[in-house]
Parts: sequence; C-alpha cells; structure tokens
Amino acid sequence: MQKEVMFAGFGGQGILLSAKLLAHAAMNQGAEVMWIPSYGPEMRGGTAYCTVIVSDRLIGSPIVKNPTHLVAMNRPSLEKFAPVVKSDGVVMINSSLIPVRSGRDDVDELIVPANDAAIEVGSVRCANIIAVAAFAARSKMVDLEILRECVKSQFASKAKLIPLNMAAFDKGLELAEGK
Amino acid sequence: MAKVLMKGNEAIGEAAIRAGCLNYFAYPITPQSEVAEYLAKRLPEAGGTFVQGESEVAVGYMIFGAAACGERVMTTSSSPGVSLMSEAISYIAGARCPAVFVNIMRGGPGLGGILPSQGDYFQATKGGGHGDYHMLVMAPDGVQEAVEMTMQAFPLAEKYRGPVMIMGDGMIGQMMEPVEFPEDLYVPPTNKDEWATNGMDTRKSDTKNIVKSLYLDPTVLNDHNLLLKSQYDRMKEEEVRFENYNTDGDYQALIVSYGTMSRVCKTAIDEMKAQGLEIGMVRPKTLFPFPEKAIHDAASKPGCKVVVSIEMSMGQMVEDVERVVKGKTPVQWYGQCGGEVPTPQKVMEHIQSLLNS
Amino acid sequence: MGKTFSKPEALSDAHTHYCPGCTHGIAHRLVAEVIDELGIRGRTVGIAPVGCAVMAYNYFSCDFQEAAHGRAPAMATGMKRVRPDLMVFTYQGDGDLASIGMGEIIHAANRGEKFTTIFINNAIYGMTGGQMAPTTMPGQRATTAPMGRDVEKTGMPIRMCELLSSLATPGYVERQTLLKPKYINKAKKAIKKAFEYQEANKCFSFVELVSTCPTNWGMTPQDALKWAEETLLPYYPLGEFKSPE
Repeated sequence: MQKEVMFAGFGGQGILLSAKLLAHAAMNQGAEVMWIPSYGPEMRGGTAYCTVIVSDRLIGSPIVKNPTHLVAMNRPSLEKFAPVVKSDGVVMINSSLIPVRSGRDDVDELIVPANDAAIEVGSVRCANIIAVAAFAARSKMVDLEILRECVKSQFASKAKLIPLNMAAFDKGLELAEGK
Repeated sequence: MAKVLMKGNEAIGEAAIRAGCLNYFAYPITPQSEVAEYLAKRLPEAGGTFVQGESEVAVGYMIFGAAACGERVMTTSSSPGVSLMSEAISYIAGARCPAVFVNIMRGGPGLGGILPSQGDYFQATKGGGHGDYHMLVMAPDGVQEAVEMTMQAFPLAEKYRGPVMIMGDGMIGQMMEPVEFPEDLYVPPTNKDEWATNGMDTRKSDTKNIVKSLYLDPTVLNDHNLLLKSQYDRMKEEEVRFENYNTDGDYQALIVSYGTMSRVCKTAIDEMKAQGLEIGMVRPKTLFPFPEKAIHDAASKPGCKVVVSIEMSMGQMVEDVERVVKGKTPVQWYGQCGGEVPTPQKVMEHIQSLLNS
Repeated sequence: MGKTFSKPEALSDAHTHYCPGCTHGIAHRLVAEVIDELGIRGRTVGIAPVGCAVMAYNYFSCDFQEAAHGRAPAMATGMKRVRPDLMVFTYQGDGDLASIGMGEIIHAANRGEKFTTIFINNAIYGMTGGQMAPTTMPGQRATTAPMGRDVEKTGMPIRMCELLSSLATPGYVERQTLLKPKYINKAKKAIKKAFEYQEANKCFSFVELVSTCPTNWGMTPQDALKWAEETLLPYYPLGEFKSPE
C-alpha cells in the first residue's frame, strides 16, 4: 500500500518542513518513505512543493502525477494540484489565504484557517505545524503521538520554540476535529 | 543502528566521513551545494579539512595535491562543474592517485538546467578529460545506495589507484530517504608510502617519490598506459555490479536503466505485471565497468522481443547496450532529456506501444 | 685544503636540460641550499609547473609532484591543508603563474595558504618556444608578437609582486633577481625568509626572481643579462613588497 502527499505553497511557508515531519513520523513507524522537494529558482518566493511517499514496501518512482492527498497552503497550489488528486483523498485547504474550494466532490476537503490559527497561537510561522497536524489527524496516515515527538525533536536545538509548536500542533488537531 | 531521514547530498557527505575521508574541497553548484554546506559544518567537528575553492578547476587540483599526499579526499559537483574538473581528473588518472568525485547530474549542454539528468554518461564512462583513461563509475538509485557506494568508493580508488566517480542526479541529491551507515563498509586506508609524496622522512630508504603524468618517451608512455589498461581490465573482472529485476521468468521486453530512472521503471514494471505484461530489467550499478554479460544474457532470453535503454538523456547508454547486445535483439532508446523525469505511465505507454507495433 | 664547492644535498645528480645562460640552474641551487640549511628535505614536497621547469622533479632530491599548467598553487593548497607538517613549494614561470594560473595564485595567496612560491619571471614563454607572456615588455618581440608587444592590444606587462601585495591578507612578497652575484645573495636570503615564514606557519610566501631567457630572446647570455638589467629591472623593481610583520 502506497500513499503520496503533495505539500504546496509559497516559498517561506515551511512546506518542506511539514513534509519532512510527516515523512519522519512514517519512517519511525517502520514505513518506507521518500521526501522529494522541488528545488531551484522556484524555491525563491515562488511556489514550493514537496511530495512525501509512504509505503509498506520499497518505493519505486519518485515521480508522482496523481497524489493520494494534497496540503495546499496558498491559492495557486490548490488550483494547480487539486485537479490531479486521486478520488477519496484528503485536500487540506489553508482557508486563511485561499477563498475558493477544490471544486471536487470526490475528495475529502479539510478546511483549516492555518495562518489565522497560527497568529492566535502566537506566531504565523507555525502555520505549517498546524497544517501537518490537522492533515495527519484527518488522513490518519501516521500515529499522532509519533508525529508530535518528531515535531519536538525537530526543534530540539531551539527548545524555547517547542511550547509554541506544541500549541500549534494541538490547534491543528482541534481544527481537524471540527469538520 | 537506527535509520535517519537524510537528503542524498547530506548523506553522501556523512558517508565520506564514515569512510575515513576527512578532506573535502568543493565549489558551490546546484543541485549539490548541500554536500558542501553539510561538510562545512561537520568536518571541523570531525577534525577534518574543508576548503571552498575559487573554481572547480582549482578544486580539481586541490584534490590532486591532497590525493598525491596519500590522504583520502573527495569533491562533489554537478555537470558544468565536472566539466571544469575533467582536466584534473585526467591528470589524476595519469598520475595514478586515488580520489573520489561525485557528480549530482543536472541538465546540459552548457548551463542547461538544474533539474535531474543523466546527460553525463559519456563524460563519465568514455573520458571527459583528455587521453587514455577510465574511471570506475558507480550509479546509486537512492540515498541508501549513495551512502554505500560513497563508502566503497575510497577503498576502490585505492585498490586501482585512480579516480572513482559516483554518478547521482539532482533527484538523488535532493530527496530524503531513510538511511543507515553500515559500519562494516569502513575499510582502513592502504599504506601509500611506496608512491605518495608525503615526505621522504616517512620512508626508510633515501628514495624520493614523484607523482606525475608526464612521460615524454613514447615507449615509456605506452607501457604506462598499458598499465592503466590492465587496471581497467581488472575492474571488468572484479567490479561489475548490477541488479536484475523481474528476469526470473519470461518477459517480452528488457529495460536497461540506472539511477533515478530505474526506480521509475521498477514501478512501471510492477504495474505492467499487474496487467499481465512481463517486462524484465537490468540495472547497471557500475556504469564503468559496464555489466556487459548480464545485459547480453538477459537480452538473449527467448521471448524477449526488444531491449529499451531508458535514460534521462537523449540516448547515451543505449550505445553501450547496443554494443553488448551484439545484434541479438533490437535495441531502442526511450527517455526525456530536459530535466523532467519520465513518469511510470509514460514508460508503460512506450513499452506497450512498442510491443503492439 | 678544504672543500670549497659542493652540490647541495637537495639537488640530485641529474644533468639539467636548461639552455646555456639560463638562470633556472641558479634558482634551483638556491632553493636546494635553503632546504639543506633548514634541514627539511625529508618533509619537503616541491611542485613542478608546466614550462621549462616541468622536469624539476628530476633535479631535486626530495618528493615532487608535477602539476598541470598554472595549477600548482591549487595542488599546494590541497597538500598543505591535509598535511600541514609538510614543507611545500611551487616553482612556476611567468606563463604558468601570471597567465593560465592567475586565478589559482591570487586565491591561494588571498586564503593565506602556508606554502612558498618561487616565481621565475623571464618575460617570455620558454618551453613552448618564445611566445608572448603577460610579463613580456612593451615592444619586446615574441613569436606571437612578431612586431613586438603592442600594449594597445595586449595591455601592459603584469607585475605580480605589486598585484599580490595589494591583497589585504598578510603575506610575504619579495622580488629579487639572478642577474649578478650581488643580487643572487639577496635572492637566496629572500627564498630562505619565505621558507622560514612557512616553517613558522605564518603566511603565504612568494619570491619572484627576474631571470633571463637568452634562447628565446635571441641573445647571447651576456647580452641577455645586460638587456634584463636595462629593460626588466626598471619595470620590475627589486625589494620586499610585503611582509607579515
């Protein structure tokens, strides 16, 4: 069984980190994982996207045309990738920045005002943590406690940021509940 | 040892340290600058040497100078940078110094692009620099294999006293996968006092060592180059590495592909199998020496109608595939060369249309 | 009667291939004497250039590497960084160092690499047969400047000591010459100082030696010495340009 998640947004929104945290948690659960970034000039302020593949066997192609799920942090990302998500996938929409919806009735839309919630928690910079927590809660791709530990270890060298990111993590879980 | 999630570029840097290479010289170039960034931080911690050279030309010779002293040394670069280093690679091969070069390939010619490519196959396997020489060239298909091949590269460079190249592509450099650093791949450095210019004090006898590639006497140069050839012949006997995929039973077509492209092909082969179409694959892990017999034998299997060399280039390895299949089976090329990695769907469609035509 | 003349231990028994009147032999000897005096032969590694001194590895009796054209400072960087205990010197001509190897020498000097460069400036390409060098004088004939160097098209000769001493990184830069015995003693002092700075791990050290090339200048050795003194020395003044003190 293989699942692919596309994380997409502006450069600077922490897209690559959200994706890495998911991949890290899946690896710690014993899955095969692959994290594939877009790289180069497009990272400099343009659209950044990153694919995470999680599988129970060796992963073949790093090239994914139709991902299982999408985490869209800005409008161009949603418009670009929502049409290619597989049926029944989760499409997380950062509604703080995206006024539209996916236009699909065969996917599970998860509406998360990630930026607004992040400001509420303490810093807009933790919107990516809210997003990955909310997405993980809805998609059930990884164990949430393992993911939480991965977030903690990510900030181990900047320990003062851990409480903020834990608050963001909880906020993400809460937002995923309120369907 | 627990697995860690690492980018290919960073994992290659760490693998070098685990292989006992504490000397790294490099010049930044996308998509492999993370190796330099990683080692700029890690090597001082490990008691090693990091120098950012002023150009890839200079870096090639920093490697040469360090290697000539008998120290384990590595550089990493990407295609245009490797072109600039090719002069030094020729000198290093001629002077018989062990050194490890990593090419995280991007599109070319010229500046080309920064996305993954396999357009440097000719450069790596057929020369690159001037003169009669080869390098042992290994092509990993992912981060774990990049680690293992990097660790193996140092003792191999010492065994054959010459440059060894790891050929990755932008995808392998940039992606993260879980990796382990196998401790049993560490091989202690060989004694180089016989030839290294590490100071006469290291020797009991009062003989000087000279590291050079200049042989003005044609018979001496001939003998020297035949000695190099004997090393390449020995590589062909002892170092050929490859993986067979789905070749136990019968198959209608054989794919030859390496690196990132081979991962895509594996997915395509699995999906075609699920649809009842059997396709085999040979994946060269060493590009030089080339797995000649493995490919020839797999292509000669009854029922195999066509051999397709699938590459992220306009068709380079296909020339070697044709050479080793020796007309037994028709050989074709398929691929993309702009930096986009062909999808499994495209590979499937191509193979299916070939078999239907 | 005591022995009045002997070959330095750091020179080999080989006969050099240099032309009559060429000053490479003197420069080799001075470097070898310094190596002997400092007692460092067993941990010295020289780097030969491409040019007339390409086979210097045959004439010294210490470890030697042979570089590609102009790349000796990069090789020396590689060696010195991985084996700081070795004494490393490059021996380069003006085509090698000031033309094709300009990038390598400037950056090695600017990084403050702790090796020594002996720079032989004879204002011409020697081994390839008298082509124009970056150091060729205005109006001086060369096979690739048959009417004499035209500075309108080729610029003025490059003065390496002046260029290198403009770098903010501390270093030792001195120009001497081998045209007369009185100069030769000063040249040896400069070479010794350069090796001593290296031994003390102090800085990059660079000694330029204004030299002759009677063959490619088309002169007798005597005329070459005279021409060099009258033409080269006014443009390439002698002295210490920079010291780390």
